[in-house]
Amino acid sequence: MDFSFSEEQTLLRNMVQSFLSDKYDFETRRKIVKSADGWSPANWGQFAELGLLAAPFPEELGGLGGGAIETMLIMEQFGRHLVVEPFVETVVLAGGLLREAGSPAQQEAHIPGIIAGETVWAFAYAEPQGRYNLADLVTTAKKDGEGYVLNGYKAVVLGAPWAGKLIVSARTSGGQRDKDGVSLFIVDKSAAGVSTRDYPTTDGRRASEVTLENVKVGADALLGGEGKALPVIEKVTDEAIAALAAEATGCMDELNKATVEYCKTRKQFGQPIGKFQVLQHRMVDMFMAYEQSVSMSYMVSLKLGESDSERVKAAAGTKVQIGKAGRFVGQQAVQLHGGMGMTDELNVGHYFKRLTMIDTQFGNVDHQLKRYSEAA
Amino acid sequence: MDLSFSQEDEAFRTDVRKFIEESYTPELRARHARSKHGYIDKAGHVQWQKALASRGWLAPNWPKEYGGPGFTASQKYIFDVEMGRAGVPHTIPFGPTMVAPVIMKFGTPEQKKRFLPDILNTNVLWCQGYSEPGSGSDLASLQTKAERKDDHYLVNGSKIWTSVAQWADWIFCLVRTSKEGKPQEGISFLLIDMKTPGIKVEPLVLLDGTPAPHQEVNQVFFTDVKVPLENLVGEENKGWTCAKYLLEFERGNPYSAGLYRALNKVRAHAAETKTGDSTLDKDPDFRARAADLESQITAMEYTELRIFSALSTGGNVGPESSLLKCRGTELQQAISQLAVEALGDYVFPFVEDGMIETNEPPVGPGYAMTVAPYYFSLRKASIYAGSNEVQRNIMAKAVLGL
Ligand SMILES: Cc1cc2nc3c(=O)[nH]c(=O)nc-3n(C[C@H](O)[C@H](O)[C@H](O)COP(=O)(O)OP(=O)(O)OC[C@H]3O[C@@H](n4cnc5c(N)ncnc54)[C@H](O)[C@@H]3O)c2cc1C
Repeated sequence: MDFSFSEEQTLLRNMVQSFLSDKYDFETRRKIVKSADGWSPANWGQFAELGLLAAPFPEELGGLGGGAIETMLIMEQFGRHLVVEPFVETVVLAGGLLREAGSPAQQEAHIPGIIAGETVWAFAYAEPQGRYNLADLVTTAKKDGEGYVLNGYKAVVLGAPWAGKLIVSARTSGGQRDKDGVSLFIVDKSAAGVSTRDYPTTDGRRASEVTLENVKVGADALLGGEGKALPVIEKVTDEAIAALAAEATGCMDELNKATVEYCKTRKQFGQPIGKFQVLQHRMVDMFMAYEQSVSMSYMVSLKLGESDSERVKAAAGTKVQIGKAGRFVGQQAVQLHGGMGMTDELNVGHYFKRLTMIDTQFGNVDHQLKRYSEAA
Repeated sequence: MDLSFSQEDEAFRTDVRKFIEESYTPELRARHARSKHGYIDKAGHVQWQKALASRGWLAPNWPKEYGGPGFTASQKYIFDVEMGRAGVPHTIPFGPTMVAPVIMKFGTPEQKKRFLPDILNTNVLWCQGYSEPGSGSDLASLQTKAERKDDHYLVNGSKIWTSVAQWADWIFCLVRTSKEGKPQEGISFLLIDMKTPGIKVEPLVLLDGTPAPHQEVNQVFFTDVKVPLENLVGEENKGWTCAKYLLEFERGNPYSAGLYRALNKVRAHAAETKTGDSTLDKDPDFRARAADLESQITAMEYTELRIFSALSTGGNVGPESSLLKCRGTELQQAISQLAVEALGDYVFPFVEDGMIETNEPPVGPGYAMTVAPYYFSLRKASIYAGSNEVQRNIMAKAVLGL
């Protein structure tokens, strides 16, 4: 048993840490979020140059041969700086789907563009009626000669305004919620029939509602076996859950540090408020919630390759932990900052918002408890 | 023990309901529903408060001699419950429930004549200048100073977190008039016209994200502001007595009616939320969560009824108001969290200023826009009006004798 990181992994973490410390302070982030596009393509180019976009891909696909641990180390740092650029969407989700389900030709066609930072991807899986059920699809793909025609509506596609390519889940057969009959398609966002409504998100990112109206794609757009995509989607979204868990630990640690620091310096009644025992205990509870989350983040990152039921329990259990811990730490960080914690100016509220969105993404605590109990 | 109301009380209830039906117009409801922090806009609040005033209902707690409605305890309770159930706009409290009782108790006859009728008719809006950047929970450490000159006080300093100062015509302030003795001993209670030269109001954007001019709170700066001596309430250096009286008088209105309403709103939204081949309101986990909250609200309701019946027989709310404040605000927060969980992925779309009407259809369900912002905004409820930690300190001391 060994919980230490390899030399390469430590180097990777230090590199991300120092890059973000230099280039991604909170004021810089605020400018990025407020800019017209809402992200920094220049940062994205830098991520590519630093090898971050290559880190989790196997070497045979042109990557640096890392995996879930590398993603975890990167995401934890991204969480600390509330990075908005679409690493999860492009590298973890699209990259993961291409790695798991792509043909050699598809991998060769698309992964180098991801690694080089040339193409941003988004994963259009959710639908308004779906409520976290990845198989609940009204969007259809009908065979049309060699290719397919897609019709449907995809909800809250994170990162889509920045993306050149979408991976769309659609039903090629079966009933609305059947496990069989789900397929994945690579769709150019600029393809005829794709329209988007873009908007900012609560946590400072961008997303789109995506409408697909008779979108024609070729046979080479099908990613993986027709009708067989659900297990792949589940596996890769669990990898994304692991990435979000690491991000959440970064957010929580920053909140805890900021809160302890604030309580040491903020004086009321002639003493630092950190002297009040009730606040001390609160901060200790926040610390414990964070430590348990870190443990779950490691655990899930180590277990992503195990059997489906083990992986599902690991991912669902982790999502429950970070969901609950994120709420508690976020709420209490605001509380202990008093009025200051309520301001948009301070970063505290922004971490709290991001943690709240992480809880929702891919299913909140209640949903993941159900999933866990069904897998156990 | 008896839970029923008299026939007269029931007739009163019908009257209140009819008033709400007429005055809480669809247009006002729609604007209210767009707010991410609970306040509508100034015009909306003035419209609603003037409607209340036209019935003599703006200030249910005021004694009859000052124009209060002279409600019986049952009527007061029914009034609050009906208003809470309908989810009407809250009456901006700074005039009618805060400064007015202080003026009634400590003000001169001239002050009463000058200020109270305008408050009762919402001709003038007030804001509260208590907190400062360095003085929140420890209010007595406040630093904004007022120096006595010939015919005026010269005020310098700043107040922060001042709710709706951008709408206010007047501000009541705690200011330091002396550095002698204990911090509480050098504080005075001043009424200041917001149009006085030297006052600057700067908006602060909070977690709901609403920018100026629809922001909730502000920082108010005072630079050599001249305040006539006649605007002092009570004695100089005795303002702490007024400040404490204000807090004492501010008996929490019952929370439970508003909480039931908030929970029922979440249930209604859940009924519109598909999950599988059913809807979320039928989901056993959601139902259990809602039932848990509802039984906690019921505990709240009956606690309020016990306190209220004790009052009608000459009892005193006292430190139990801290109990109501802690539980009431914690339940508000818990319900808003359930609302976020019920909404699902449509918590993501962000609308910066909900009060700006657009022709664009909403992203996701029509109610979605305010759900996450209101959850973030409601974190304020355990911070303001004496933080919940401070309320627990009060109960530990005053109720448990620790
Ligand atoms: C939305 C909003 C609207 C407001 N509107 C107004 C207004 O209109 N007018 C006005 O004057 N003020 C207003 N306030 C200010 C509010 O009253 C203060 O925020 C509150 O008194 C807390 O003060 P603070 O923010 O300085 O926090 P602090 O007092 O610095 O408290 C920070 C933390 O320390 C804790 N703490 C402090 N002392 C103790 C103790 N002895 N024991 C245990 N814990 C302690 C607090 O509970 C809190 O968690 C508003 C605040 C908000 C958020």
